[in-house]
Amino acid sequence: MSGAAIILKALQDQGVEVVFGYPGGAVLPIYDELFKTNAVRHILVRHEQAAVHAAEGYARSTGKVGVVLVTSGPGATNAVTGLTDALMDSIPIVCLTGQVPTHLIGNDAFQEADTTGITRPCTKHNYLVKEPGQLARVMHEAFYVAAHGRPGPVVVDLPKDILFADCPYVEAGEVELKSYRPQVKGDTSAVERAVDLIAKAKRPIFYGGGGLINSGPKASKLFTEFVHKTGYPATLTLMGLGAIPASDRHFLGMLGMHGTYEANWAMHDCDVMVCVGARFDDRVTGRLSGFAPNAKKIHIDIDASSLNKNVAVDIPIIGDAATVLEQMLAVWAAKGCKPDEAARAKWWKQIDGWRSRKCLAYRPNDDVILPQHAIRRLFEKTRGMDCYITTEVGQHQMWAAQYFGFDEPNRWMTSGGLGTMGYGLPAAMGVQIAHPDALVVDIAGEASILMNIQELSTLRQYNLPVKAFIINNQWMGMVRQWQELIHGGRYSESYSAALPDFVKVAEAFGGVGLRATKPSELDDVIDEMIKIKQPVMVDVAVKQDENCFPMIPSGAAHHEMILGPEDQAERRTSEEGMVLV
Amino acid sequence: MNPTDMPIERHTIAVLVANEPGVLARVIGLFSGRGYNIESLTVSEVDEANARSRITVVTSGTPMVIEQIKAQLSRLVPVYDVHDLTLEGAHVSRELALVKIHNTGEDRIEALRIADTFRARAIDSTLQSFVFELTGDTGKINAFIDLMVALGDVEVSRTGVVAIARGTGLDMPLVRRNVTKRKRRQPVTGD
Ligand SMILES: Cc1cc2nc3c(=O)[nH]c(=O)nc-3n(C[C@H](O)[C@H](O)[C@H](O)COP(=O)(O)OP(=O)(O)OC[C@H]3O[C@@H](n4cnc5c(N)ncnc54)[C@H](O)[C@@H]3O)c2cc1C
Ligand SMILES: Cc1ncc(C[n+]2csc(CCOP(=O)(O)OP(=O)(O)O)c2C)c(N)n1
Ligand SMILES: [Mg+2]
Repeated sequence: MSGAAIILKALQDQGVEVVFGYPGGAVLPIYDELFKTNAVRHILVRHEQAAVHAAEGYARSTGKVGVVLVTSGPGATNAVTGLTDALMDSIPIVCLTGQVPTHLIGNDAFQEADTTGITRPCTKHNYLVKEPGQLARVMHEAFYVAAHGRPGPVVVDLPKDILFADCPYVEAGEVELKSYRPQVKGDTSAVERAVDLIAKAKRPIFYGGGGLINSGPKASKLFTEFVHKTGYPATLTLMGLGAIPASDRHFLGMLGMHGTYEANWAMHDCDVMVCVGARFDDRVTGRLSGFAPNAKKIHIDIDASSLNKNVAVDIPIIGDAATVLEQMLAVWAAKGCKPDEAARAKWWKQIDGWRSRKCLAYRPNDDVILPQHAIRRLFEKTRGMDCYITTEVGQHQMWAAQYFGFDEPNRWMTSGGLGTMGYGLPAAMGVQIAHPDALVVDIAGEASILMNIQELSTLRQYNLPVKAFIINNQWMGMVRQWQELIHGGRYSESYSAALPDFVKVAEAFGGVGLRATKPSELDDVIDEMIKIKQPVMVDVAVKQDENCFPMIPSGAAHHEMILGPEDQAERRTSEEGMVLV
Repeated sequence: MNPTDMPIERHTIAVLVANEPGVLARVIGLFSGRGYNIESLTVSEVDEANARSRITVVTSGTPMVIEQIKAQLSRLVPVYDVHDLTLEGAHVSRELALVKIHNTGEDRIEALRIADTFRARAIDSTLQSFVFELTGDTGKINAFIDLMVALGDVEVSRTGVVAIARGTGLDMPLVRRNVTKRKRRQPVTGD
C-alpha cells in the first residue's frame, strides 16, 4: 500500500469520520486518496487555524479525537495557534502535516518549515516519519497519545516521498507504546485519607475543572453524585462548566477572576478543598499567598505535573477523575461516612449570605441592550433545546460563562488557557459537523469574530446552520476594561474602528444577517435566529462601556474581589498586580 | 511556606529515554521553555538493542520546582523512567575531563606531580604540553582544573556528570530479549 493509502486506512481503523483540512503540494497524495476512496469525510476550511479550532470543537463536544490535515510550510505554521490552544486546554487532536521529501529536508526547499521543531513546545508529542515502515505505527500511536492521559494535540509530519512509498500496514492492536503509560487508578491509601478528610470537613468545597470533561460524561455524573452524597457546595472553572448542572442548588457558579462572589468567598474560607481535574490556574487562584489560606487541599489529576505546580496540596492523587471519584464513592459508602450536619448547615448559612449579594444582578435597561441581558435571554430562549455554545475571547466570553447555564458536560466550548480570539466560529463549525441537528451558537465579540470570519464561507459550503451571536460593543471590551481600571482610561488602540456591516457580511457569504439595536427587538431576533436553518450572523448592538463584574483585580486574592463599578475606587490594582496578565 | 522562599537544592536526575531523533531537543526544550536550570546534562545510548539512551541531568531549584521537573520529564512520550538519584539514596557520580596544559620548566613538573596525586593520566604529551585524563566527582575535577590554571595555559573538555545509585538495586536495568538478533557493533579502535 502507498503511504497515503496507509494513512486513510489508519484513519478509518481509528474510527475517524471527519477530517478538517486544506490542501497543498506536500499533501496531494493524501487528497488523491481521499478522492479515490471517499472513505473519510473532509471539511475544507478557509484557513488552517480554523481547521484546528474546528477539530477542537468537534473533539470537545463528542469526546473523540479531532483530526486535521494541512500542507507543509505555511499550512503547518498557520496551524500553530490552534495546536497551542489545544495543548493549553487539553483537547485531543491529531494533526497531519505535509513535509518536503526526506532528501530535501534541511535544504530550505520550497514550502519547507521545521514543523517538528516549531511544534515541539506546542504539542503533546510530534513525529517526523522518515521511514515507510514506521508510518502505520506512528499513525496509531498518535491517536493513542492524543487521547490517553491528559489529552492534547499530536502532530505527524509526513514527507511527501513517504506518501508515495510502499508501506506495510500494521493493525492498531499490534501497536503498543511502552513508554507512555498514564496512571488511571488512584493510590488507595491516598483515596482513603482523602475521604476521611472530606467526611470530617466543616467548611468543604468541591472545585471541579476541565479534567472532568476530559474524563468523559461519567466523571461529571460521579462528581455530581459525590456533591449530592455529601451535600457540600461545588464550584467549577471556566473549562469545567456543565460538569455539575448550573441549575443544581449546590453549584455556586464559576470561580476565579470573573467568578461569583459566593464561589470565591467559599474558596477563600473553606477548610477542605477537593479539586478534581483543575489546575490551579492564575485566573482561578488570584494572589497565591492569599489563596484559601486555611484549607487542607486534595487534588485529583491525571497529570502529575499539574500536582503541586502552583499550589502545594496536602493529598495529591494521580489518576483519572472518573476512576478516582468512583473509588472515593466506594470508600465513602464502605466506611459509612456521614458529614457533620451542624457544621454543614452553618457553612451553607454563610454561603447563602454571600449569595444574597446577588453579584450577577444587573439593572434592567429599556434604552440600550445590556450584554448580560442579551446572553441571559439567549439562554432562556434556548432552554430545553439541544444546544451547544462556543465563544470568542473577551468580555462576552465571561458573560457567557456567567449568564448561560450549562446543565450537561460537552455543551460549552471556549478557549480558556490560550484565550484565542477567533476560536469560536470555527469551533462552532466543528460542533455542528458532529451534531448536525443541534442548535450551535458562537457567542462572539465584534473584534474576535473578524479573526476567522472567512469561515462563513465554509459554513455556506456545507450548509452548516451555525449561529454567530455577536455582542457588539464596538470595543475590544476586555482590553478597554483593563485600560479603564489600570491605565487611567487611556484607550490606546482598543476601539473597534471601521467595523463592517455584519448583516451585509453575512449576506455576502450567502448566510442570513440579523440585527438588534433596542432591548425591545432582542427577543424577536433571537427567535428568528433559532428558526432559520442556515448560517446566521446576529449583530447585537450592546451598551459600549459596560464592564464585566465581579472581578478579582490582578494580584488580588479571592476575598478582595470587586463587585461592581461602585467598588472600583476603593480597591485599586496593586503594583505587583500591574505586571500580571 | 511561600514556594519562592523555599531553599534551592541541587539534584541529579537519571532519565531513560527512547533513542530517537528529537528526544534530546525535547528534554532541553523543556528546561529552557519552563525556565529550569541545567547545570550538567549528559546523554548516551546505553541499550542499543532496545534503542534506549540514558540522560543524566544535574539541576537546581526549590523542592517544588524539582518535583515539577521530574513530573514534566515523566510525561514526555519517549521517556521510560525517571529517577531522582539525590532523593532516592546514595549514588555515585563521576565526570571525565580532558585537561590540556601548555607550560614548561618547573611548572611542568609540578603539573605532573599534581596529576599524579589526583590519579590523572597523561594520555598525550609534547615537550610543552600534556593532556591529562581525569575522572572524579565535579568537585575533584574543579579542584584539579584550578590547580592547572595556576601552572600554565589550559584547555578543558568535560563530559558532564554521569551517575548511578549505589548498592544492588537496578533502577533502570538493560532489557535483553532479542540478544540473538542483536547486530554486533563495529569494534571501536583505541583503548
Ligand atoms: C479572558 C479570560 C478570562 C478568564 N477568567 C477565568 C475565570 O474567571 N475563572 C476561571 O475558572 N477561568 C478563567 N479563564 C480560563 C483560565 O485561563 C483557564 O483556562 C482555566 O481556569 C483552566 O481550567 P481548569 O483548571 O479546569 O483546567 P484545564 O485547562 O481544563 O485542565 C484540565 C486539568 O485536568 C487534568 N485532566 C485532564 N484529563 C483528566 C482526567 N481524565 N482525569 C483527571 N484529570 C484530568 C489536566 O491534567 C489538567 O490539569 C479565563 C480565560 C480567559 C481567556
Ligand atoms: C489572538 C488574540 N489577540 C489578542 C488578544 C487580547 N485580547 C483579549 S480580549 C480582546 C478584545 C476582544 O474584543 P471583542 O472580541 O470585541 O470582545 P469583547 O471583550 O468586546 O466582548 C483582546 C484584543 C487575544 N486574546 N487573542
Ligand atoms: Mg467587543
